[in-house]
Amino acid sequence: MTIEMIVTKRFDNLNAHEIDEYEATGGYQALRKALTMTPAEVHDEVRTASLLGRGGAGFPAGVKWGFCPPNVWPRYLVVNGDESEPGTYKDRQLLERDPHQIIEGCLLTCYAVGLSQCFLYIRGEMAHAQERVARALNQAYAAGYVGKNILGSDFSVDIVLHWGAGAYIVGEETALIESLEGNRGMPRLKPPFFPAAVGLYGKPTIVNNVETMANIPFIVERGGDAFAAMGAENSKGTRVFAVSGHVNNPGVFEVEFGTTTFRDIIMGDDYAGGIRDGKSIKAYIPGGASAPWFYEEHLDIPLEKTTVDQAGSMLGSGAIVVMDEDTDMVKACHNVVRFFARESCGKCTPCREGTTWLERILARILAGQGRPSDLSLLMEVSENISPGIAWPPRQTTICPLGPSAVSPIASALERFRDEFEAYITLSDRRVIPVGAA
Amino acid sequence: MTDIADAESEAEGVEATEPEPPPGVPFTVNGEQFYAEPGRMLIDACEDAGAYIPRFCYHPRMKPVGMCRMCLVEVDTGRGPGLQPSCMLTVSEGMVVDTESEATKKAQDGVLELLLINHPLDCPVCDKGGECPLQDQTMSYGPGESRFVEEKRHFEKPIPISDTVYLDRERCILCDRCTRFAKEVAGDPLIHFMDRGNQTQVNTFPEDPFSSYFSGNTVQICPVGALTAKPYRFKARPWDLNEIESTYPNPMGDRVTIQSSRNEVLRYLGVDSDAVNWSWLADRDRFSFEATMHDERLTTPLVRGDSLGNASDDGDELVATTWSVALTKVVEALEDANNNAGPASVAVIGGARLTNESQYAWARLAKGVIGTDNVDAQLGDGLPGDVVASLPRGTIERACAPGSTVVLMSGDPKEELGTLYIRLRHACAEDGVKLIELTPNETGLTRYAALSARVRPGDIGAVAAAITSGDTASREKAIGSVSSAELDELAAALAGAGPITVIAGRTSLADHAALSVEAINAFAGLDDAVFLPGLRRGNVNGAIDMGLAPELLPGRTSLDAAGSWFAEQWGSVPAAPGLDTAGILGAAATGRIAVLVLLGADPLADFPDPELAQQALDTADLVIAVDPFINSSVAAAADIVLPAASFGEVDGSHTNLEGRISPIRQKVTPPGTARPDWMIAAEIALRLGKDMGFASVEEIADQIAAVSPLHTDADAAAIDAAIDGLVVPLVEDPSRPTRFAWRDQGAPEEPASYDSYSYRLVVDRTMYDAGTQTAHCPSIAGLAPDGAVRINSHEASRLGIDAGSTVRLSSKRASIECTVRIDERIARGTATVAHNHPGLDVRSLIEVGEPVTDVRIETV
Repeated sequence: MTIEMIVTKRFDNLNAHEIDEYEATGGYQALRKALTMTPAEVHDEVRTASLLGRGGAGFPAGVKWGFCPPNVWPRYLVVNGDESEPGTYKDRQLLERDPHQIIEGCLLTCYAVGLSQCFLYIRGEMAHAQERVARALNQAYAAGYVGKNILGSDFSVDIVLHWGAGAYIVGEETALIESLEGNRGMPRLKPPFFPAAVGLYGKPTIVNNVETMANIPFIVERGGDAFAAMGAENSKGTRVFAVSGHVNNPGVFEVEFGTTTFRDIIMGDDYAGGIRDGKSIKAYIPGGASAPWFYEEHLDIPLEKTTVDQAGSMLGSGAIVVMDEDTDMVKACHNVVRFFARESCGKCTPCREGTTWLERILARILAGQGRPSDLSLLMEVSENISPGIAWPPRQTTICPLGPSAVSPIASALERFRDEFEAYITLSDRRVIPVGAA
Repeated sequence: MTDIADAESEAEGVEATEPEPPPGVPFTVNGEQFYAEPGRMLIDACEDAGAYIPRFCYHPRMKPVGMCRMCLVEVDTGRGPGLQPSCMLTVSEGMVVDTESEATKKAQDGVLELLLINHPLDCPVCDKGGECPLQDQTMSYGPGESRFVEEKRHFEKPIPISDTVYLDRERCILCDRCTRFAKEVAGDPLIHFMDRGNQTQVNTFPEDPFSSYFSGNTVQICPVGALTAKPYRFKARPWDLNEIESTYPNPMGDRVTIQSSRNEVLRYLGVDSDAVNWSWLADRDRFSFEATMHDERLTTPLVRGDSLGNASDDGDELVATTWSVALTKVVEALEDANNNAGPASVAVIGGARLTNESQYAWARLAKGVIGTDNVDAQLGDGLPGDVVASLPRGTIERACAPGSTVVLMSGDPKEELGTLYIRLRHACAEDGVKLIELTPNETGLTRYAALSARVRPGDIGAVAAAITSGDTASREKAIGSVSSAELDELAAALAGAGPITVIAGRTSLADHAALSVEAINAFAGLDDAVFLPGLRRGNVNGAIDMGLAPELLPGRTSLDAAGSWFAEQWGSVPAAPGLDTAGILGAAATGRIAVLVLLGADPLADFPDPELAQQALDTADLVIAVDPFINSSVAAAADIVLPAASFGEVDGSHTNLEGRISPIRQKVTPPGTARPDWMIAAEIALRLGKDMGFASVEEIADQIAAVSPLHTDADAAAIDAAIDGLVVPLVEDPSRPTRFAWRDQGAPEEPASYDSYSYRLVVDRTMYDAGTQTAHCPSIAGLAPDGAVRINSHEASRLGIDAGSTVRLSSKRASIECTVRIDERIARGTATVAHNHPGLDVRSLIEVGEPVTDVRIETV
């Protein structure tokens, strides 16, 4: 099944990151078109497109743009390229392979909302993406696409690149703003203040994901209706998924919302090509490490926000991590929890102390020193981070990082309790000496 | 008629049954309805409603962060109940709060269990044990036992983060209080969170200790024993401490709690006084109890004697004696002086250390009993007493109110008046108060100032006149380093300003005080401008109000205006106006002073002209010192030393820069036979045959209230009852003499022209110096930086010198060698040396009596 690619259309062109190649393949045409329209018209196209934010929460971008309080200036655009969740690498690909598309998306957004400055925040470890974006930005400045009086119009925008310093939490928008301001990346409580009202340097700030930006040129060039014609009723357009784990052909795939199922993208020959070595699938994470796990019976669910939400998980950051029949689910669970424990920013007590405690209990079980009471303890500690352990999660913390560590535990314990019990039954000592880890 | 009356009474009845709802928005706490002003934090509103919500990170004087999650409560704002941090949520209409629901209790229990999993529980050896919010709240809201079986997190046990504060990261619960304090309150963001997740810790940056003048406050606000103060560590358990609330004798009158055990002061804690210090203290004050408890405190009177301890008038040593022997000698000397040369041959210098009551007793002793007006509590380093006494006075609250303007023309508050700096910093940074600086160098507040002009010493009067007058002609030319454009900007800012408060003091010891007075005169001409005296010494404001200055009498009045009233009250007053400290020392140096009383004064160390002070002490017939310590002047010249009780050992009251009178209370007994200063004055008066009419502190306070034109209602009972102190003037009593206006000092001489080779000398002060009190506090004595001349890097490169090199500083008067420190806060064309730093006495350079002093800097 072939669909029209929106954001990955230049992925096969290995020179697409150069401005000449980008222009030759239709680049910056949307910008030229936009400059003939009023900002409100551009904004309307994005509203019509019903483009959902691609960062994970899936909030309509056009609506978010409208949240800036009127007559408060300056306003800022912050593009969140701090993609760090395990298994997620779609933004990195977008930045490396087609950086001009992101820059054009930023320019269009600034034009539509009336922003004069854009901050492009790129994860510290993405050295190659940083080089590509920096080079592209220099080219765009030289060609007059960015800077003062863009293409001879009275529209001026500066784009500032900012490299992260290696913290996953900075992917959370308020932590990202703190980091940009030069502070330690720790989330701010919202409400009372959402960034659109009070954000970077206390000014109204639009925070959008890289992939969201990548969709804007298409929407402006072809019209919001053309975009909205693609995809499912509640999820328009396409989505880029990064498939990894025990599959034959891991990689980044752009699919149309609603028409493709998990089975297609994991098993299909056009996509990940099935489980490697002919094994069967045991579980998969449908939308990044913080999402509750899916199993074989969920394979026929279409990739579409509403359906996946109703099934008890989320498309989140677009990372599908596949585990085959041989996977040790206790280890898998520990691996994910350890990530969140290490990446907790340390602000809220339940997350800082709780995630590490969960990680240490799991490590102890794996080390053969589990206790029968540990399984209920895992749930009770989880309960203190995410009361009720429900989906969507409730939280005793400011941001959802703490509850993210609860999802894999809840999933694994519900489905694979026997594997945990096996570890505990097989432990050589039932009671461990105090102080042993 | 009847009908109408009935209708009226009916209407009244209806009103009576439906009382007006209280102001604010209604909200529900645990099923009961309360009212709170909109915008009030839920955590406070619930506390007002009687439902205390446990908390660790929330502190009412700092911005909420919602970090500890201890204050989660179940809140329903119409969308169903959910857990919300009550420290980050403001009350809104109809909000339903449940602080005791199952969900709330579970969250509290969970947070405490999580906080305790890595907490070392070394409570038996922890200073905080017994007064620890973590202990207390665990008892009230926490789980009984832990389910954590892993090994706890380990860090190196306490690491020093500054010279006075230790940090134990194992005990830390990461509430962000100390780090927020450093950033938001002190403005010294030198401690911060490092690492992340479970390894998150508070720490300093490498090679950059938490060297804040206010670091001790973090110990007080730490909700666990993670931060401990060097002077208190392992000294006491909280349940062994006795405490009393008092007022710290600095010009701010910071409210403190004095805590002691077994008659030993062990700790001062700041008290949250809305009007004054908001619970904060500067370290210099917080740790100064070490001086009170110092071994070198005087315990008995001393007289001259030989090395064997035998009294002998021309002996080289000071030897112990009894009060009766010492006082007999004092009285004999006073009588001889009076008989030989009249009462004006007696002089009293000092008294800023004393309580209001002791100051009054000494003022009455000198002026009413002995009959001399040669009395001065200041040592030539402040402002003339009559000026301070007659300034229209402002309050800190007025200065810090949103919309007001503060003009700073005094020494750097961060160095001299710690908590005033904290209040002003907050006012500028958070409440939009406009700060206008007219100082020779940048100060600790420059970062927060709306306008900061570098006024070269000598120009302050002209600058003040130019920017306060409507006459634009005076601003057409630059005045010194202040350009014409800057002058216009300053004038415009003042013209459009709200209420103006001027903090008036001496920006440099090397400037003539008349320059500051000229500037004060200019600002006094503005409508709606009030003043706060920026004097730095102890209870100096009380001393001026009590008449410890030439020509002044208690109640900010003068001999001229109130002489006859006080003659009636006291029996007599001095016949003629007397001398200030400079005059007294000058007179003593020429043999005109027979008895010189040093009332807690050290002119050798503090008077701007040390040679004159030395000569005066050498020439005066008899020097009597009343002091808790042997300071340099006492050691050099005192013939009779009377040991005085100090702060913590005396009752009384204190007057701050606003004129706010608040009580000082005794907690411990003075060492040996040391006595309160008022008692010494009363006894001398009795021995001179005059009863001053009081035998207790209360009786003095009542007498002050009875005679002072300013203190009509400030009797002992009123002072004792006032939580935030009493601000004088209280009621103006028409039967008592009125206030007076200060004497115009006349325009000072035009400062000498500025030649391109010389630098204008600024002699400023720093928080830590080699002063007697600081030198007797082991924890902070070493913090005074070594003496050096500070210039900015531009001047250094112009001179071709580097930091640390030695230069010769020469004025017309003298020449000294010192090292160079590069400091970008120093203005161009200015050389700054701090007063009283170890190893360097800059005072010999000062051309006393001249408007300013210029120096040359030469490489050696």
